[in-house]
Amino acid sequence: MTALVLLDHEDGRIKQAALSAVTAATQFGDVHVLVTGERSVAETAAKISGVTKVLHAADALYAHEMAEPLAALLVSLAGSYDQILASASAVGKNVLPRAAALLDVQPVPDVVRIVDADTFVRPIYAGNALATVKSSDSKKILTVRSSAFDAAPAEGGSAAIEEVAAVENPNVSEFVAVHLSASERPELDSARVVVSGGRGLLSEEKFRILEPLADTLGAAIGASRAAVDSGFVSNEYQVGQTGKIVAPELYIAFGISGAIQHLAGMKDSRVIVAVNKDPEAPIFQVADYGIVGDLFEIVPELTEKLK
Amino acid sequence: MKIVVPIKRVVDYNIKPRVKPDGSGVETTGVKMSMNPFDEIAVEEAVRLKEKGVATEVVVVSVGVQQAQDTLRTAMAMGADRAVLVLSEESPEPLAVAKVLKVIVAKEDPGLVILGKQAIDDDMNATGQMLAGLLGWGQGTFAGNVEVADGKVKVSREIDGGTEDVSLVLPAIVTADLRLNEPRYASLPNIMKAKKKPLETLNVADLGVDTTRRLTIVSVAEPAERKAGIKVETVSELVEKLRNEAKVI
Repeated sequence: MTALVLLDHEDGRIKQAALSAVTAATQFGDVHVLVTGERSVAETAAKISGVTKVLHAADALYAHEMAEPLAALLVSLAGSYDQILASASAVGKNVLPRAAALLDVQPVPDVVRIVDADTFVRPIYAGNALATVKSSDSKKILTVRSSAFDAAPAEGGSAAIEEVAAVENPNVSEFVAVHLSASERPELDSARVVVSGGRGLLSEEKFRILEPLADTLGAAIGASRAAVDSGFVSNEYQVGQTGKIVAPELYIAFGISGAIQHLAGMKDSRVIVAVNKDPEAPIFQVADYGIVGDLFEIVPELTEKLK
Repeated sequence: MKIVVPIKRVVDYNIKPRVKPDGSGVETTGVKMSMNPFDEIAVEEAVRLKEKGVATEVVVVSVGVQQAQDTLRTAMAMGADRAVLVLSEESPEPLAVAKVLKVIVAKEDPGLVILGKQAIDDDMNATGQMLAGLLGWGQGTFAGNVEVADGKVKVSREIDGGTEDVSLVLPAIVTADLRLNEPRYASLPNIMKAKKKPLETLNVADLGVDTTRRLTIVSVAEPAERKAGIKVETVSELVEKLRNEAKVI
């Protein structure tokens, strides 16, 4: 059996989450990947451990990974594959269901465990339940939760690169612009450490107190929905049911009460630390270590002690 | 321009879901049900487009059990003009729903279909994209802003590292993300008025659509509970625990 993984990238870098989809795909058999954009992206993909062939769609039509042309391309390639996977990223969630509909397949999103070739475990109800589902479709189309699979090593492979030609553009959509927040920090959904802030950070300006700590730990910065809705940070920082689902080695929550929808996005972290002035805050019920106190004193002290 | 808004009746977002003792699913009998929150945002956006004069009519559609008519009435109380209920089993799969909606779209001929980006019960996040695929239309998923002008819809999409703007030829599909708008509460007079708005009931069996399930549920289980840990008094103690006990730094 051969699986095809759509590898999404940003600014020419293959996303960490896509490497988790490669790991998931190796459980089925041979792994081919599809990448768009520059040749250099395909060359990077060829080195990923476990990948045996890279399909490179160089046509500018696919450069921005727009769903309409990319789903059409996937459909044209689908005949050779038993499984089509992508990470459950904004790209994977946008493109794969469209391709699935065109192939008359019911996709299985957010897979956290592959039981066998037909059976998958996925969270439902914001992670309040885990459903084991068996698919009767002959072709499986899955998106994969990156927090549930280790990233495939970026080095070690030497796959062949095959150029694939563009297929007909459905011509119903046009890319206009992308606005990415500039950040030197690791990607939130694959960072080893996440430092996260909630309403307790009080303001956009005060939220920045987390930055030196994040820099010290090499951590990504996250936020609760309350912090995003209050305008402290923009929405791509949001951790929770409707934001990013993360499972880092260490998650430190400052001034986050621990609403169910936030817990849904981080409760699979290996170690959780909570700092909150309210000793009754629900976040303490999932935290391995808690400190009751003023985060504006604790954050600088912690930063200093970790340097 | 007509706007079609498909909506789903789900377990109310304030209710903590309980897994049935036999592991066959999540308990929905005797549980408060409401409109999927993302679908409320979709309805709100359609109603606002009508209020701005962009749309002329807002039609809400639900595929599900008889009780989904309550959800459709709620949408009409928010400002939708009429409703279509397609009777089927409870919570059909996105592929089946997309096929049913394709039939409804062919009949209604809308300029725009706005859906919630996902339902909070099965968390599939698929129906909008699948309907767009079946219709061959453009899809503006995870929309944070929507502008209709000159036969096109410009959608600002929430993506992993920020936002992306796309322009779609009409007719098109839009799926609503959390921050697209804040849905209104229906006023009592509007709730009364909604009771008199037209609600057409169809049967999925009459639409000539194959809705056979492709996924069977083997089991549904509660995730492992996380145990509360300990409280530490000082930052030094925390650093010591993280270094020597948890070994994460």
